[in-house]
Formats: sequence, structure tokens, C-alpha cells
Amino acid sequence: MLIYTLKRLLYVLPVAFGVSVVCFLLVHITPGDPLTAVMPIDASAEQQAAMRAAYGFDKPLPVQYVIWLGKVMIGDLGTSIASGRSVLTEVSRAVSNTLILSAVATAIGFFFGCLFGFVAGYYRGSAVDRIASALSVLGVSVPHYWLGMVLVIVFSVQLNWLPATGAGPGGSADWTWNWEHIRHLILPAITMSVIPMGVIARTIRALVAEILSQEFVQALAAKGMTDRGIFRHVVKNTAPTALAVMGLQLGYLLGGSILIETVFSWPGTGFLLNAAIFQRDLPLLQGTILVLAMFFVLLNLLVDVLQTALDPRIQRA
Amino acid sequence: MTDIPMIDIRDLNVTFTGGRKPVHAVNGVTLSVQRGEVLALLGESGSGKSVTLRSLLNMHPKNRTKLSGSVVAAGQDILKLSGRGLADYRGKMASMIFQEPLLALDPVYTVGAQITEAIRRHEPVSSAEAHARALALLQKVKIPSPERRLQAFPHEMSGGMRQRAMIALALACNPQILLADEPTTALDATVQIQILLLLRELQRELGLSVILVTHDIGVAVEVADRVAVMYAGRIVETGSVRDIIRNPRHPYTQGLLASRAHDAMSGARLDAIPGAPPDLAALPPGCSFAPRCKHAAAACLVAPPEVVEIGPGHAARCVRLTEAVAA
Repeated sequence: MLIYTLKRLLYVLPVAFGVSVVCFLLVHITPGDPLTAVMPIDASAEQQAAMRAAYGFDKPLPVQYVIWLGKVMIGDLGTSIASGRSVLTEVSRAVSNTLILSAVATAIGFFFGCLFGFVAGYYRGSAVDRIASALSVLGVSVPHYWLGMVLVIVFSVQLNWLPATGAGPGGSADWTWNWEHIRHLILPAITMSVIPMGVIARTIRALVAEILSQEFVQALAAKGMTDRGIFRHVVKNTAPTALAVMGLQLGYLLGGSILIETVFSWPGTGFLLNAAIFQRDLPLLQGTILVLAMFFVLLNLLVDVLQTALDPRIQRA
Repeated sequence: MTDIPMIDIRDLNVTFTGGRKPVHAVNGVTLSVQRGEVLALLGESGSGKSVTLRSLLNMHPKNRTKLSGSVVAAGQDILKLSGRGLADYRGKMASMIFQEPLLALDPVYTVGAQITEAIRRHEPVSSAEAHARALALLQKVKIPSPERRLQAFPHEMSGGMRQRAMIALALACNPQILLADEPTTALDATVQIQILLLLRELQRELGLSVILVTHDIGVAVEVADRVAVMYAGRIVETGSVRDIIRNPRHPYTQGLLASRAHDAMSGARLDAIPGAPPDLAALPPGCSFAPRCKHAAAACLVAPPEVVEIGPGHAARCVRLTEAVAA
């Protein structure tokens, strides 16, 4: 198991390299000069050249990449063109906010997804199954930014129970675990949890139905196991897949929550990406994408290792 | 041996009502098995032999099955058991060996865990004791290096080894009745005979009452004391292995014996029974074998033939025998 984990860790290196190249190129092959957004329109050619040299944009691409990678290695993601602050501090604060939001959302989604999935899978074809399935289809297909707005209208505007935007009182972007902050988390987390809930519920329903139709469930009953004992076996059989799906969902939420973060003005990576794109803030964009991609790679690693630990049929080679 | 049979099935009818038309899988099966006796249920696919076997553990889904008749095993009326009582009976008094052990064992639990789980389900023993008993069981079914095999997952074992583990699991709580559902069908021919010999040996040693379901007359001859031939949910002929082989009286049994490659001359055509078994959702009113029977007469199509006693322990359901007795 340890050897497998180390081996798997080693495989991360080429993937990480590829990710860094793509991150770097992605930004450079998009049309438009990043400097035009920040330079005054009437800047002279010399001024533009000086600025370009200051950011290293005058060198050939491979050289730029090597310089950029070298800096990334020592934790220097450059400075944001728009704000002039270090990209690393901006990104790490945004990442921690997003991490909190998406982890809580995934946890909620995982809990209800499992609940609905197991109930639907066990009572397949019954009314409960139809309700649970309808809810999960709804979860996958409802536009979540729209759901977010509806929730804001109902709970913030009409009922005035919960704040509509921000991550803390007075637009604070530094998270602490207290009620004042958690109040701000509830609506975006619920909105966000709807997607993983739907996906997990559908996956688990299909899995449970498939497992229950297998002969070993009959064999368990034939050796006198009670329904509770059989349920334990079913859970252990669903766990590897359920965890894999959850890990991937968490990965998607980390990077894919631009709409929700914008609706709720949540100071996370999605919000940051949005700003970076509109301001053509190249270093910030690169840094954010790189960090998010790395999170995805690491999450995949974690899921792989966990899955191998849980499912003996996956070769520990 | 006592006079009270270990297994006593009387007029069992099993109808599956889940589909559009009810399927009459078992139609009035009556059979009994003594303590320490091996009965082979012989028949082709869809003849109701597995359904009969599963009734002995009351395994049919309640909402989609209509059961009538009585199934008494070890003094308990099985069809009246439910919930906890049924779970206590399963695995403890009677246990089952499945056709394909790879499907019948949980893939994410080790073989050892699955055996100890069964032991601890029925008996209040410590996990160390259960582990020791599991080890002894694997030794009993002659699995090499049993200590290591306890830690193995089902997919890490060979087919024959898995079926041995399945047998060990079935014997975990010292049941009195062993139900084997085509236990060797999924195995290689060489492994088949080993498993059959093992089953026979364990059955004698433990004095088990066994019902063995098979479509292979050779398997039945190898292990069984008595054979019951099933066709379209009815037992058409029962008798000792000797009766069935030497003196088959039902045309279906005769056809089964004739269709064996065993005694056929090489190059000669194998005698197959023409036609296919009837649709269990629309059984003919008369003898269900009549459409395929070369001796079929008008009387065969009227009502199902009665059971005719041919000799001690040898009986068949055929109109021709009824006529022979009447004459």
C-alpha cells in the first residue's frame, strides 16, 4: 500500500508539469495584449516597451515559461497587474474561502445524495424512489445561479433571515468559524450542494440497485444475515465509487463555482478568476488556474489512493 | 435414522406474479429427504428445480411470489417463518451453496471475514474463536495454506478454491441441511469431480441431508442416493439412482438418458429430445411433456397424469403407467 502510494505520488510529477505548461500557454494564446488593459491609451511606444520588459513579456515564450516556472517553484506567482498585490496572497485567501464553501457544500451534497441514493436504490420503483429521483434530477438540471437568486429573494429579501452576499460581516474576506460568518455561508453552500447532491444520489441509486441484484446479496440472506447486516455489505460495496464521485465533485466545485460566487459575492477563486479575466490580469489568472489545477490533481491522487485502500479488486501494483 | 424426514415438501406451488402473466414455476411438488440422505433434483433449465430449492430457505421475494403447500425442514414450517426467525434458521439449520462462487461471495470482504461473519451471526463466540473455526473449516474443505487464504479476497482465488471456500462458508454453523444449486456447473471438468467427492465425503462425515440441483445426470449419479427428475415444475419420476439409470419409466427420463454422450458410439447421432420445454406462463392442461413425447396419446392431453408407484421408492407420472397398472 505504501509503495503504491509513493508510486502514485511519482506519477503526479509529469501531470503537474503538463498542467503548468497548459496553464502558461492558455493565457498566452488567448488574443489581446494584457498590457493594453492597464496602460493608459496614450502611452508612448517606449513606455509600453518598458512595461513589457518589466513583466518579461519581451522574451521568447519558452524563456518566459522557464522563468515563470522557476518563480512558481519558490512560491512566487508574481504580482497582480490590476491590484499590484502579490498573486500568492490573493490566491491563497481566495482558495481558503472557496475551499470552505465547496467542502461544506460537498459535505451537504454527499450526505443528502447518499440518503436519497440509498433510499431510492433500496425502494426502487416505489413512490419514495420517484420523489428522491425527481429531486436528484432537479439538482443536476436546475441552473444553480438561478436557484441562488431564488434563495436570496426568499430568505434574504422576503424573510430577512440570512445575509444575501459576502463571506462575513461588513464584506470581510477573512474567514473565521463563528456564527456571524457561518450565517453568510448557509445560502451559497446550500445552492452549491445541489449539484453534487444530484450527481451522488443518481450514482448511488444506480449502484445500490445493481449491487442488490447481485447474487452475493442473496447469499448473504441465505447465511442468515439480517437486513442491517446486508446493508453494511451494500455500503462497503458502494464506498469506492461514491468516494471517487465525491472527490471529483469537490474538484469541480473548487474551480467551477464562478457563477455562484458571483451571485453571492463570495470572495473565492471563482470570484477572483472572474475579476482576473475581465481585468486581463495575466499573472493573477495564471496563478489562480495553476493553483486550482494543482488542487484537482492532488484531489485525484487522494481519491485514487482511498479507492485502492477500499476496493481490493483494484491492483495494488 | 428416524421415520420423520429431515425435509418434507408437500404439494408445493410457486407462482411468480411480478410479470404480465403469472409464471407457474413449481406445480405441486412433493418430496422428502431423510437424515443423511442425498437427493438430486434433475432437470433442464426452467424446470423449477432451483425454485424448489430456494423455497427451502424461503428466499422468494414476498411481494412477487405466491406460495402454497408446506415446506417442513428440521421440524419447522419454513413458509411460515419470517423476519428474525427466518434469518435465524437460514445458515444455521440449512445453508446453501451457489452455482457461481465468484458472484455469491462479496467481492470487497475477505473470505475469512465472510466466514467469521456467518459464525458470529448465529453463535455468541469471540472473534478470535470465530477466526480459529474459520481456519479449521478451510482445512476441512482441503484448501492449501488456509491461514493465508483467510486473508484472500474472492477474486484472488481459483474457481475450485472459491467453491471450496463457499462450501466452508455453508458449513460454518454446522447445519443439518445442505442445499447445493448446481455447485459444479461453473467449474472445469477436473475440478468438478474433486468438488463432488469433497461434498460426498463431508456429507457422510457430518450426516447431512443434501438436496443437489443439477442438470447433469452424471453429477447426480456421482453423489446422490435418490434422484427426482423435474419437468415444467413437476416431479415426473423419483427413484434410487439405480432405478433411474437401469429402469427409467417416464419418457422424459428415458430421453434424458438417451441424450447422454456417455454410451453413444462415436460417429452415431446423439438422441436429443425434440422440441422445447413449455411456457410456464401457459402450461397445457394435460401432461406438460406430451407435446415432446413420442408416445403421446389423447389421454395425455386431458389432465396431468397421477403419480404411479412402480416399486419401493420408485414412482413416475405417466399415463402409460396408469394404464399398465389398471390393466
